[in-house]
Amino acid sequence: MYTQALNSETVVSTIDDEQKMTAFQARIDREEKIEPNDWMPAAYRKTLIRQISQHAHSEIVGMLPEGNWVTRAPSLKRKAALLAKIQDEGGHGLYLYCAAETLGVTREHLVDQLLSGKAKYSSIFNYPTLNWADVGVVGWLVDGAAIMNQIPLCRCSYGPYARAMIRVCKEESFHQRQGYELLLQMMKGSEDLKEMVQDAVNRMWWPSLMMFGPSDGVSEHSSNSMRWKIKRFTNDDLRQKFVDATVPQAKILGVTLPDPDLVFDEVSGNWKYGEPDWAEFKRVIAGHGVCNKQRLKDRISAHENGAWVREAALVYAEKQKSRMAQSAA
Amino acid sequence: MTENITPIWEVFIRARNGNAHRHAGSIHAADAEMAMQAARDIYTRREEGNSLWVVRSSDIHASDPGDGGMMFDPAADKIYRHPTFYELPEDVGNM
Repeated sequence: MYTQALNSETVVSTIDDEQKMTAFQARIDREEKIEPNDWMPAAYRKTLIRQISQHAHSEIVGMLPEGNWVTRAPSLKRKAALLAKIQDEGGHGLYLYCAAETLGVTREHLVDQLLSGKAKYSSIFNYPTLNWADVGVVGWLVDGAAIMNQIPLCRCSYGPYARAMIRVCKEESFHQRQGYELLLQMMKGSEDLKEMVQDAVNRMWWPSLMMFGPSDGVSEHSSNSMRWKIKRFTNDDLRQKFVDATVPQAKILGVTLPDPDLVFDEVSGNWKYGEPDWAEFKRVIAGHGVCNKQRLKDRISAHENGAWVREAALVYAEKQKSRMAQSAA
Repeated sequence: MTENITPIWEVFIRARNGNAHRHAGSIHAADAEMAMQAARDIYTRREEGNSLWVVRSSDIHASDPGDGGMMFDPAADKIYRHPTFYELPEDVGNM
């Protein structure tokens, strides 16, 4: 019977025991969830730490493009909704960092990886939000794509990640709906407003498709992740689902999606779409998107400006502890 | 003569594979191992779960019921945090 504390240091052998490996895969195949203290292959742990922390970083960096519009929201209703949404993103980041921490990595290490540029976050947040319609399009397309990606993650084989995703997904619906409603309202307005919406869609459509990652043929992480049921669908499967869900929504909204190759395929029942510009995707991932430098700069300055709060909290906790010890003596 | 007090522990059970542990009740035990055994005997006689946590009750920090209003009421008038606040045409379907 074990009464070991959670999150204790786990020694991962470099050569994973073959028998343990077989038993582990059998558990995955039986749809058992893997929990923090369970044995897991070093590569499974490493993959999860990378994926969950990137996901957390994306939530945190994702607050920035929307934060750009808080002070310029056109009404109190829109401002309250935008603030609530940004607050949710912060919360999602925190659920996710904690899920990653159950794998034996510290928050400080993860944040350091983001700020030093070693860790990636979703490429979409390196695009600027240039007009108010961008806030709506981020909700509709960016959160729409995120939902498509996150729903299967609720069934991910790692328990803490799956449970965090269930919480996140429950909160995402509001994000997408407020964005779509905002756009519907703009589309009822003047020609200028309609043009703003179309302009935002034109700029955000392809970057949204790129959120699902490279095509299956070139995705380096896909096959292990599928075998371990960290992922349930391939990048291309999810991208297709997103396109199929979005085309009718664009029609109702009255905007055009900027893809001349977009055509309904009677045989498969899917919308065929053109090839995203993968060279652009690589450039943005490599740090050369429009906003990469600004985003990192903003995160670093937020972290540095918050340092005194973290220090003060720790010193205060120490002081309370020594006072307790004194009064007990 | 002062009798040593046996501490109280809070018991959490994972009912099913993949679920979070949920609080089930408390148990008296001298140490963690005995708490685990006692919790198993008292709380899982009818297949209530497949995983147990025991935590010293004194390690739990609870919110003050007197602060309930201050803590939780501010969420009550923020209806814009809910998806149903946003009206979409019916033909949009689920979003």
